[in-house]
Amino acid sequence: MLADVVSVSVSRVLFEDVTKSFGEVVAVDSLDLEVIDGEFLVLLGPSGCGKTTVLRMVAGLETVTQGTLRIGNRVVNDVEAKDRDVAMVFQSYALYPHMNVRKNIESPLVARHFSVDGGAPRKLTASERSQRITQAAETLGLASLLDRKPAALSGGQRQRVALARAIVSRPAAFLMDEPLSNLDAKLRAETRLELVELHRKLGTTIIYVTHDQVEAMTMADRIAVISDGRLQQVGAAQEVYDRPSNLFVAHFMGSPPMNTFEATVAGGGREGEVTGAAGRVRIDAGPAISLPPVGSRVVVGVRPEHLRSQGHGQQGRQQEGLRARVSAVEWLGYERHVICDVAGRTITLREPAEGQAPNLGEEIYLDVVANHVLLFDPATSERIP
Amino acid sequence: MTKPLAVPVDEDHVRSRRRSIKDTMLGLAFLGPSAVIFTAFFFYPLYRLVWLGLHQQNRTGTRERWVGFSQYADTLTSADFLDGVRISATYVLYTVPLGLVLGVLLAVVADRKLRGIKVFQTIFASTVASSVAVASVIFFVLINPQVGYFGDVSFLSLSDPGSALRGVALSSVWQNLGLTFIIVLAGLQAIPAEINEAATLDGYGPFRRFWRITIPLISPSLMFLVVVLTVFAFQAYAQVDILTGGGPAGATETLVWKIFSDKEPSQYGEGAVMASGLFVITLGVTLAQFRILEKRVHYGA
Repeated sequence: MLADVVSVSVSRVLFEDVTKSFGEVVAVDSLDLEVIDGEFLVLLGPSGCGKTTVLRMVAGLETVTQGTLRIGNRVVNDVEAKDRDVAMVFQSYALYPHMNVRKNIESPLVARHFSVDGGAPRKLTASERSQRITQAAETLGLASLLDRKPAALSGGQRQRVALARAIVSRPAAFLMDEPLSNLDAKLRAETRLELVELHRKLGTTIIYVTHDQVEAMTMADRIAVISDGRLQQVGAAQEVYDRPSNLFVAHFMGSPPMNTFEATVAGGGREGEVTGAAGRVRIDAGPAISLPPVGSRVVVGVRPEHLRSQGHGQQGRQQEGLRARVSAVEWLGYERHVICDVAGRTITLREPAEGQAPNLGEEIYLDVVANHVLLFDPATSERIP
Repeated sequence: MTKPLAVPVDEDHVRSRRRSIKDTMLGLAFLGPSAVIFTAFFFYPLYRLVWLGLHQQNRTGTRERWVGFSQYADTLTSADFLDGVRISATYVLYTVPLGLVLGVLLAVVADRKLRGIKVFQTIFASTVASSVAVASVIFFVLINPQVGYFGDVSFLSLSDPGSALRGVALSSVWQNLGLTFIIVLAGLQAIPAEINEAATLDGYGPFRRFWRITIPLISPSLMFLVVVLTVFAFQAYAQVDILTGGGPAGATETLVWKIFSDKEPSQYGEGAVMASGLFVITLGVTLAQFRILEKRVHYGA
């Protein structure tokens, strides 16, 4: 059964200098991006950043203002939505409320033409349709719900119907617009796993829009971070997290976000030092990286988990690192976030919830894990180098 | 903790009884205004109607005598009443489907995000602000056989018994168009954009989308309009009075016209019986519409 469901189409999606503007407003600005055949690509960004517009251009619900958009090897700028061989899962699921589950799943098969066994495209027969409906319903565990109306389904079930409606036409690519945002936290976590499993089974390209970095990091083969209509960085989750290409990505990925503060380069070479208002930070920049010249201004970025608190309860023992005053402690069971004031900036430290938590108002020293420090150019906000 | 257990329970009981009395009083107070209005303008007139139907008036309408249900039997089987029913039913068939189709068409045309579309929406909706009298005068000017601009359009001619009812019906269609337009447009705009987009991706062309998606999703609005327009049509009076006065040759004597016009005081009883008949017919038709249409109407998730 599975072999039937697996798509055979080549489903690379290629954006070449694609721009979309609504009147004066530029929603997507010169996007160059290749979605590789079969990959799970997440478009990640804050609301209003243009990521949904990107998806809607692929779907054919928005026109491309400038540039070239290809699906497979075909330029689809002027191809109608129904002829693009893509299926979309909407945030609201967009199920037809007056049709039962069977009719909803059948809907993409009714009007369009399909090529069966490599033949010329034609309408599917009733038995072909019902066979596909059965397959899709079984894949998503909906077999017992086929005669229900959407109103009689739970949120999770509706979401599955929307997925079934997407897979039934065996498209070249799935487009998903925040499909999990209407589910509660527990169901969302379960469905994440199921989506990854579905992707593994079908092997079809998925372009998935979300503002939730947890969804992005847990599901994506690659993440494309978008802000202000521009692609900020594209890469595997860990790459984007560990080596953010600019300050926007650094701040956007990770919760709590990366700490950043301005400092001056105090020592050059491979192992350097920067000094800021609150103290010195040693940097182990690694072999491939050269520090800017001594005296340059830089923005230092440190993830909360790469800070160590020194000497709360043992005052004055440590004079290196950043002098910090504890302003809040958030306890999350398995870890705690110590929020400190460091020379007027808020710096967050993440540490295992073991031992004595620092007291409010206490002065502590923060040690930085030297080989995890990132430097950014304060003028361009790009990472150095 | 030292208090006996029974005392607080008892206090609770008293408190809850006091509260339920208070709730009842409040409920009655809320019901009061509508109860007064319904009694004065609906229940009492209905009682008087039935009562009048059981009596016959003298020539000046100052005295009456009991005639019982024989007046009901005679009037409801009379040729006059049945003729009125036939004309009113025809009037319903002329006005309701045409009005509904035109209203839906206008609403579909106007349900677009275009510059200046509000102007058209306002124009299409404007007839809702006109009265029956205004609509009738406009159509009098348009299709009156002597002075009308389209007085010689035989299909609508008010001087021909075969077509006069159509002419009158057209004025009703026009007058109710604004209401139909507004309600259908509201229904169309309540359809989530994503549903239409999903249908687009599913390859639905405009016609398929209209029949498979749009019509089912606005079916509650359509059902409301079918019921309301039918009731309006059964109640048609002023347009008949202004445009044709029931003529020619009684061809436009709708039921309400028969009830109200050309009645001597001695015929008040007959009129009351006809009015009761109209009430029962309207009620029956409306109930039938609910039973038939309800199954096909989809109310949102």
